[in-house]
Amino acid sequence: MPAARTLFDKLWDAHVVERLPDGTCVLYIDRHLVHEVTSPQAFEGLRLAGRKVRRVDATIAVVDHNIPTEGRRSGINEPESLLQIATLEKNVADFGVPYIPVLDERQGIVHVMGPEQGISLPGMTIVCGDSHTSTHGAMGALAFGIGTSEVEHVLATQTLLQKPALNMLVRVDGVLPAGATAKDIILAVIGEIGTAGGNGHVIEYAGEAISALDMAGRMTVCNMSIEAGARAGLIAPDDVTFDYIKGRPYAPKADDFAKAVAYWRTLPTDAGAHYDKTVVLDAAKIIPQVSWGTNPEAVMPITGVVPNPAAAPDAAKRDQMQRMLDYMGLTPGQKLAGTKIDVVFIGSCTNSRIEDLRAAAAVAVGKHVAHGVRALVVPGSGLVKRQAEAEGLDVIFTNAGFEWREPGCSMCLGMNPDKLTPGQRCASTSNRNFEGRQGPGGRTHLLSPAMAAAAAVTGMLTDVRELV
Amino acid sequence: MDKFTVLTGVAAPLNIANIDTDKIIPARFLKTIKRTGLGKNLFANMRYAEDGAEKPEFVLNQPKYRHAEILVAGENFGCGSSREHAPWALLDFGIRCVIAPSFADIFHGNCFKNGILPVVLPADVCEQLLADAELGTNARLSVDLARQMVVRPDGQEIHFEVDAFRKHCLLNGLDDIGLTLAHVAAIDTYETNEPAWKPVIAGV
Repeated sequence: MPAARTLFDKLWDAHVVERLPDGTCVLYIDRHLVHEVTSPQAFEGLRLAGRKVRRVDATIAVVDHNIPTEGRRSGINEPESLLQIATLEKNVADFGVPYIPVLDERQGIVHVMGPEQGISLPGMTIVCGDSHTSTHGAMGALAFGIGTSEVEHVLATQTLLQKPALNMLVRVDGVLPAGATAKDIILAVIGEIGTAGGNGHVIEYAGEAISALDMAGRMTVCNMSIEAGARAGLIAPDDVTFDYIKGRPYAPKADDFAKAVAYWRTLPTDAGAHYDKTVVLDAAKIIPQVSWGTNPEAVMPITGVVPNPAAAPDAAKRDQMQRMLDYMGLTPGQKLAGTKIDVVFIGSCTNSRIEDLRAAAAVAVGKHVAHGVRALVVPGSGLVKRQAEAEGLDVIFTNAGFEWREPGCSMCLGMNPDKLTPGQRCASTSNRNFEGRQGPGGRTHLLSPAMAAAAAVTGMLTDVRELV
Repeated sequence: MDKFTVLTGVAAPLNIANIDTDKIIPARFLKTIKRTGLGKNLFANMRYAEDGAEKPEFVLNQPKYRHAEILVAGENFGCGSSREHAPWALLDFGIRCVIAPSFADIFHGNCFKNGILPVVLPADVCEQLLADAELGTNARLSVDLARQMVVRPDGQEIHFEVDAFRKHCLLNGLDDIGLTLAHVAAIDTYETNEPAWKPVIAGV
């Protein structure tokens, strides 16, 4: 064990149950979050093998991906979604797994619910059959997405067989200018290192601009680590983290909380620890970002123009860029600002927390959604929804012509009724702009909640700094 | 899980970088509680028009590639979500080996859990294999896991690297869970040593 260790090294070392001769580790998992889409085959596997869930007290289930975000109190109409939810409900009952029901106020996107309930804590290993599990790294936890076979493995053994990742440091120095947010930081990072830039690595985000973020912002940053190819993102826990956790339902209480904090304070990276890769960004240069292509590295400032494939370094890149422009219906040299949009989606595990909704409402207040534009606001959980309603944000949104919905993954991934139709162009606070991600033929522009609200009220991609 | 030893078959060329898991199997097809039956929707958005008709230009719709067992693809194959439905869809279609310059981590791991071998080879070598694959049924590739060799139609052998533990599991069709449960005593000990302040999830 090296004398100076990174946050990742410490989290890893603390969870190694056994190190096998070839370096593969039996890694202990502290928290397992389960949802309806990636778990049915795992529970079926347990049943076939006659196995139990080893730690029901480290496991929690909730539905988020396929549920509708309106009218759910009168029942769910889609038979396939209904079957998946009924299957989860049967599985949690049969195996004794704690479950937050569909109509419970705590129901929400698994990556919003976990931190909100104090279930995701610093120093932990956290997994879920969902790639955006990287979100929980904002707590100072090693959190990553797994496939269904590994979901079954964790249910049965509370461990995974893994080899350690490499360490990557992304340092964002300086102070963000007005109008730029956590979303703009992470989009700029992915633009810089590319969609495969983090492959094989765990990214630790540090620097003045990261420390200055609140927990919602830190979760936005860690959430999109997977979009840079890194399975996990990390931010060292500090007083901002501890203040966030204190008093949450499943957080340690009283003396236990003090003991926990004392341990959590030992986690940040030691001076002189080794990173395999380091990337440094200057926050002062980050201006609001928008994606223009069909993967998240195809991103640029809102002040930019659509790039020309002719300028690509080689034929393969040129073809790839042309394919993106054809799909997106954009022309080289066209200004991004002013591009007309049809739909606005404010939500997803990236940007559906109360802070995100406040940022969007601050832009929308007193204005109205542009003619012909459909705009959805989808809170990340029932508790976020209640908080927003207590602050009057729902009234701001509905007065401005936005739809105010029930919590869920919604239009992030096109597997529930909220979908784009072919050719529709969407300003979206979600995390992926892949072809067809929000519905077949749909065109996605990734941006921050404030930028999404600006697009909604103007009907086009807009530099939010010109509105406020 | 089925063993993977030697696979000889037609290879389909899909020379596009960053094929994401939404391309491999769009989310609207994830509303299943089974692992099987996903093959018909493999690459659905690239493979079918809006009315459901096959797009004749898509590689797997061409007669010579309808029974392809190997895919030769571009870099960063399988990026995006953790959905194991992606390897399930490939497997259900009949593809048991994907060759590419690089893979996204989660997809790469998911392949091994399902008897699919992901082979990483340098971009220039993948270019040669793409050229072989263009020959369709006239040119079968052979992938030998034990010897870690891809054999080209002309007999040239190309060595590839694979993690020793994953190779062992794939060659023998081993169940990871069974292997891990051999360490159950160590897991028990680990749990006994957990700090007292660490909360459990109860009374939800």
